Amino acid sequence: MAKKSYAFYPGCSSQLKASASNYLVSVNSMCRILDVQLTQIPDWNCCGASIAYAEGGELPRHAINARNFALAEKHLPGQDIVATCAACWLGARESKERLDVSSALMRETNEALAAGGLHYKAEVNIRHMVEVLIEDFGYEELKKPVVKPLENMKFAGYVGCQTNRPFGIDGESFENPKYLDKMVETLGGEPIGQYDQKVTCCGGALAFSEPEKSQKQIREIVESAYDHGADMIVTPCPLCQANVEIYQSEINKKQGTKFSMPVLYYSQLMTVAYGGSAKDAGLDGHVIPPRKLIDAASKK
Amino acid sequence: MSYRNDFLKEVEENVEEGEWVKMCMQCGVCAGSCPFGPHWEHSPQKIFMMIRAGERIQVLSSDSMWMCTSCYNCIVRCPRKLPITHIMHGLANYAHRLGLAPKGQPTRVFAKTFWDNLVKTGRVNELKLTLSHYFRDGFIQGIRNALAMKDIGLGMMKARRINPMELFGGHGLQDLEGFHAIVAKAREIEDRKKGLKNG
Ligand code: SF4
Ligand code: SF4
Repeated sequence: MAKKSYAFYPGCSSQLKASASNYLVSVNSMCRILDVQLTQIPDWNCCGASIAYAEGGELPRHAINARNFALAEKHLPGQDIVATCAACWLGARESKERLDVSSALMRETNEALAAGGLHYKAEVNIRHMVEVLIEDFGYEELKKPVVKPLENMKFAGYVGCQTNRPFGIDGESFENPKYLDKMVETLGGEPIGQYDQKVTCCGGALAFSEPEKSQKQIREIVESAYDHGADMIVTPCPLCQANVEIYQSEINKKQGTKFSMPVLYYSQLMTVAYGGSAKDAGLDGHVIPPRKLIDAASKK
Repeated sequence: MSYRNDFLKEVEENVEEGEWVKMCMQCGVCAGSCPFGPHWEHSPQKIFMMIRAGERIQVLSSDSMWMCTSCYNCIVRCPRKLPITHIMHGLANYAHRLGLAPKGQPTRVFAKTFWDNLVKTGRVNELKLTLSHYFRDGFIQGIRNALAMKDIGLGMMKARRINPMELFGGHGLQDLEGFHAIVAKAREIEDRKKGLKNG
């Protein structure tokens, strides 16, 4: 298959030594195997995530996203922008769609960009990595490189909010999206079809400012995974991953639970199923080590 | 009470996606969609009703919009296709900029810290963000907050997902000057349009 090339927007949490740095490690391994070339948008900036609105308002938020678009158009013309973070994808795509339908906003955005010597032509496409995998490859293609099927492992596919609503992946239902389960199946693992907290919100950015309220959400997400016999939770979103993994110890402390449920990215599963090592898959970057997956990765 | 009151007009002109508010048919679907539902004193449905009733101060000083987790449940369910999430964000932003939002509201404080952190280097430095969030209430409380969360911090450090060296630099943009010029210009245009003071 011909090499596919994309303008890559990794986002802040994927940076070296940041909370989702192991996501990036596994994405790089996965892309190497699938022969995908990701070129970082030079000098990209933060998307504003889902929390920039309060101080940043409207135009500044669109302008910082448009700066990334303009840089991608300039340095990587013709390539789709691909984000791995759900919030980056959503924030960027929202800005793009808003600019597409409002000539006034477009004019003002370009006036702002001009102050930094840039111009946005509205030629970019913004996609999530999962869309690229499903639409540009498809489940059949994704199955081909599997050398180590994820046998005897049960995964609760936690889709969460921001890859699912409001845009969705591949036209799937908002209440019961199937793409994550299908990816698990493609890799030879067992998805938990009945996982009822699949699209529950983890609290998002409010896990910081409203910890108690968010931890109530997280508790339900983890508990349901246990109830259905999951070995691990898998997710496409770095904020979901971080919230659901790292607050388990807090919940245990406060509520006497004994949670120790690993939370993985789809790209880590793919890397292991494609024969990558635990290190290639970033499995060493977890607060709750995914032992079953680590064992599978180290088996010859 | 007239249907077209001044506050509705103000919202339509100054709040992101505010022109949608009049489309709400008060069906109540959105009211049951919020993850932090019990903590919303006024559900989105109620807020839209209050805007139409001209209850300016009650709306803008409400704590409710700050409970929005950006889950987008409401948007995909609203039969009238109102961009509810963005209207909540827009109202929060407008109330914040006018100085009417509740003082010390945790998400309000966090959001400002986040934006300041972002604008400084062009990228978010998670360690600085975390620390400034813990120390928002002063030094002593900051130490307490940090201690309460220390196991999480240590766990993240062991997993190499937080790097203490980031305090002395971390990631930033090459063209920081250009980035700042863009943000400042965008702010200037928006404030001029919405009649807000700078800063
Ligand atoms: S779901 Fe839509 S139409 Fe119904 S009350 Fe909420 S905003 Fe109004
Ligand atoms: S996006 Fe905000 S307003 Fe809409 S359902 Fe979620 S929390 Fe409620």
